[in-house]
Amino acid sequence: MNAATELSACLVVPIILFLLIGSLLTVIGALGLLRLPNFMQRIHGPAITITLGAGSVLIASMLLFSGLESRPVVHELLITLFVFMTAPVAAMMIMRAAVYRNLRNRKKES
Amino acid sequence: MMMALGLTLYIAKASTILAIVFCSIRLLRGPTAQDRVLALDTLWICCMLLALLLGMRFGSDVYFELAMLIALTGFISTIALAKFLMRGELIE
Repeated sequence: MNAATELSACLVVPIILFLLIGSLLTVIGALGLLRLPNFMQRIHGPAITITLGAGSVLIASMLLFSGLESRPVVHELLITLFVFMTAPVAAMMIMRAAVYRNLRNRKKES
Repeated sequence: MMMALGLTLYIAKASTILAIVFCSIRLLRGPTAQDRVLALDTLWICCMLLALLLGMRFGSDVYFELAMLIALTGFISTIALAKFLMRGELIE
């Protein structure tokens, strides 16, 4: 942090809070992916990582760069918009593939 | 104050790397193929967050474009793998 020696405290405290919340939620989502027993339960873990974790880190990054360049920097909104638009689509595709594969396996067994 | 911000960035980077390790374990161990695809999708998102945190650490704008590229490529690869799981082929 060599370039950031002039940030004020009322900007640093929200950045720290958002970073801590985001990193904690990222770990919790990945832990859910690791520890839950069933695929249909396991798909709920990464949703936390993608929405709340990534959103908090992106807000922190926006605040930090706004403070560094002393003007509103909003180009992180591009990533936020893209991730929030594509994450449900990807989750739905994986879910549908899993349901089809389970049905196909069950038909093959009987 | 800035020391606290640097320390928080270290904690955030460490926990993101921990999340990457968890996703890699699920990717290597996952009992079915859809578990592996789900773990790979989460791995892309965690790597995007790591690129953003590195950009905040070095105060540079280049890492933002890297994160954007990682998000784009991750979405396309996840969709392709899900289609492959469902149909068994990509281009019909």
